[in-house]
Amino acid sequence: MGSMKRIWLWAPLLLFGAVVVVMASNLSGQGPRKPVSALVGKPVPRFSLPSISPDPAQPGLGSATFNQGSPRLLNIFASWCVPCIAEAPQLLKLARAGVQIDAIAVRDRPQDVARFLRRHGNPYQRIGSDPASQVLLALGSSGVPESYVIDGRGIIRFHHIGDIREDDIPEILEAVRAASR
Amino acid sequence: MMAEAGLAFLWLAAALAMLQLVLGILGVRAGRADYVSALRHVAVLQGVLASLAFIALIAVFLASDMSVKLVASHSHSAKPWLYKLSGAWGNHEGSMLLWATILALSGAAIGLFERHISAAMKASTLAAQAGIAIGFYAFLLFSSNPFERLIPAAAEGQGLNPVLQDPGLAFHPPTLYIGYVGLSVAFSFAVGALITREVNASFARAMRPWVLGAWIFLTLGITAGSYWAYYELGWGGWWFWDPVENASLMPWLAATALLHSVTVLATRDSLRAWTVMLAVVAFSMSMLGTFLVRSGILTSVHSFAVDPTRGTFILTLLAIYIGGALALFALRISTVREGKQFELVSRESALVANNLIMSVILGLVFVGTLYPLFLQMFGKQVSVGPPYFNATTGPIVLFMAAVMAAGPLIRWRRDDGLSILKKLVVPAGLTALAAGALVAGANGIGLLPFFGIVMAVGLGAASVAPLWKRNLRRTPLFTWGMVVAHLGVAVALAGMASDSAFMKERLIAIKEGEATSVGPFSVTLARVEPVIGPNWTALEAELNVVRSGNTLTLRPQTRNFTSPMTETSEAAISTQLDGQLYVALGKPSDDGRWQLRLWWKPFVTLIWLGGIMIALGGALALIGRLRRASVAEDRKGWAV
Repeated sequence: MGSMKRIWLWAPLLLFGAVVVVMASNLSGQGPRKPVSALVGKPVPRFSLPSISPDPAQPGLGSATFNQGSPRLLNIFASWCVPCIAEAPQLLKLARAGVQIDAIAVRDRPQDVARFLRRHGNPYQRIGSDPASQVLLALGSSGVPESYVIDGRGIIRFHHIGDIREDDIPEILEAVRAASR
Repeated sequence: MMAEAGLAFLWLAAALAMLQLVLGILGVRAGRADYVSALRHVAVLQGVLASLAFIALIAVFLASDMSVKLVASHSHSAKPWLYKLSGAWGNHEGSMLLWATILALSGAAIGLFERHISAAMKASTLAAQAGIAIGFYAFLLFSSNPFERLIPAAAEGQGLNPVLQDPGLAFHPPTLYIGYVGLSVAFSFAVGALITREVNASFARAMRPWVLGAWIFLTLGITAGSYWAYYELGWGGWWFWDPVENASLMPWLAATALLHSVTVLATRDSLRAWTVMLAVVAFSMSMLGTFLVRSGILTSVHSFAVDPTRGTFILTLLAIYIGGALALFALRISTVREGKQFELVSRESALVANNLIMSVILGLVFVGTLYPLFLQMFGKQVSVGPPYFNATTGPIVLFMAAVMAAGPLIRWRRDDGLSILKKLVVPAGLTALAAGALVAGANGIGLLPFFGIVMAVGLGAASVAPLWKRNLRRTPLFTWGMVVAHLGVAVALAGMASDSAFMKERLIAIKEGEATSVGPFSVTLARVEPVIGPNWTALEAELNVVRSGNTLTLRPQTRNFTSPMTETSEAAISTQLDGQLYVALGKPSDDGRWQLRLWWKPFVTLIWLGGIMIALGGALALIGRLRRASVAEDRKGWAV
């Protein structure tokens, strides 16, 4: 009986060890966590936004834009968002690499967007204005900045949460390439 | 300069914690009494240095020193001073420094005031405290330095999360932290008792005030947190079973069990191994709570800044401390002699029942909170919501209420069932009356709310029963404490059940000048106008509310903060004697209508009143115990 009881005394430690393993596996492996977006593989939700671009010739942005045969990157940003400033140079690099980039400006004003683009560069072809975050929510985005790679048939292929850093660029270029196949 | 001084204090405090650990180990192993007496001074000095570091952090926040990275990223020069102050702990680094400071101060308190335990046990307890503190100092110094400079300095800070800009919340985290750290002291005592093999009644008496104190603060923290979520989130609910909420509930459940088992150990010298185990579990839960909140491995409505590397650090600390304690438990507990036995029908048994029920609820919350994590390992994303928690814990809470009603009426060691039943006649009669009244007057309410109200009535009556036929002035303060705390549980339960049974809800979109009604109120939307605050702008609705001839005005807002840009809902709440009217302003629609969400919540305030009563009961018990201990001390001194 004595030795049986001894063994049982280790049970709490074993149980605790199992919990630690579960939690550790959640921490590691994924590095900074990348939730798999539920929208990958789904069509872009229908929307139509007026333009907030400083260039009056640019049309607004709607879901139809993403149905024209070639993949595009949709970037959700705002002039009031600090990580978006950090992201701006990477978007310019992507634009130079030939990626077609559109944007949705969330809760923004035209003069602020114009100042933001003057200061940090303008990689965008079209910029839609989403004053009440409606499209942001429809896209399943939790905040700014986020980016989506959408193929030429309007299907979301890739979802990047947070600002795009330098080391994310290969992954995004690869996603664009894969989406054009 | 101030930041560098703070950092220096922090390093010195860490060095003293190392010294405290070494002196403690040497003192216990070599039996060097001089080491043990030196420990006291080291512990006090460590407390002073950690406090100085924390004061330095407060100073840089109050001065809005934007060359300190933490200030630049969490504060703003335009912020009201109260939030500059609370900004010092309203972020990861500052809150960890607060943790370490409270820990060091409680070590100092043990050093100064603890006289009921042997020198060896005091030394090993202080050594265990130092061991925990070193982990947190290392965490602060190597991965979360709150005093890091920003070069060049920022022109302006990036503000504080405006949802956290609230007087209630400014003091919510410190309250919880005091509770968590109090449990770490209980843990250190348990480790000390295991090392010195002194798991006995005097160990329990030394540990009890710390458990009680921790439990009081946890109770207040959870109550305040619940009320904060209620009026700030604008969703009309008071508990969301959110991981962050569960993270504070789990230590409370463990502490509640510990509080009751430590009483058995202190009074009757029973439940030795179980009490030690609970002390370890309670601290594990508070570490786990910190880990869940700070690592961000669970997604939550209370989204704080999160960072996986920090999670790894806390998890490592957790593994070392808890794993070490559990290994020590397994090695040592079999050498602890079994405590005294007791009869099946006895106060001890009732308290064991409390412990089992608390453990089961803790297990359910634990599984519900961590299950999504477990599935995440297999690449599945799920969230376990209120339906699971309500359905599983609800019936058990009702069962607990029944045990709670009887428990305090049972005598220690042995009692007979008949005399207990006699004492329960009046409460049982009132319970039956309440059930009859509900069936007659409020047909169609759900099963859980129905039994909730009925059991609350019975428990309330039974809670005051221990005072019957007693000289109230000679009744010890800790008995009063138990009565008030148990009554508080009944009051809170009544509030929860009443809110879910009788709550009226209305979601409506109306134009200015139009009216609606909810419960006994008729509500007119008079106008919606913009208003400007110190660092926000808002849309404010003016609502004229009429209830049986009496009018009042409510002004719910949706606020927009500028840095960072965030929108919050400021619900307007009118507290009446029989409940609260709760109104939140939503979005405008294109045709000039405004969304309004209205709730009439009968007796919902009882939930927080009950929470405050529970904490008050704890405070009475704590004062009663401390006073009796000091009286005993005085008598001893006199006799010598």
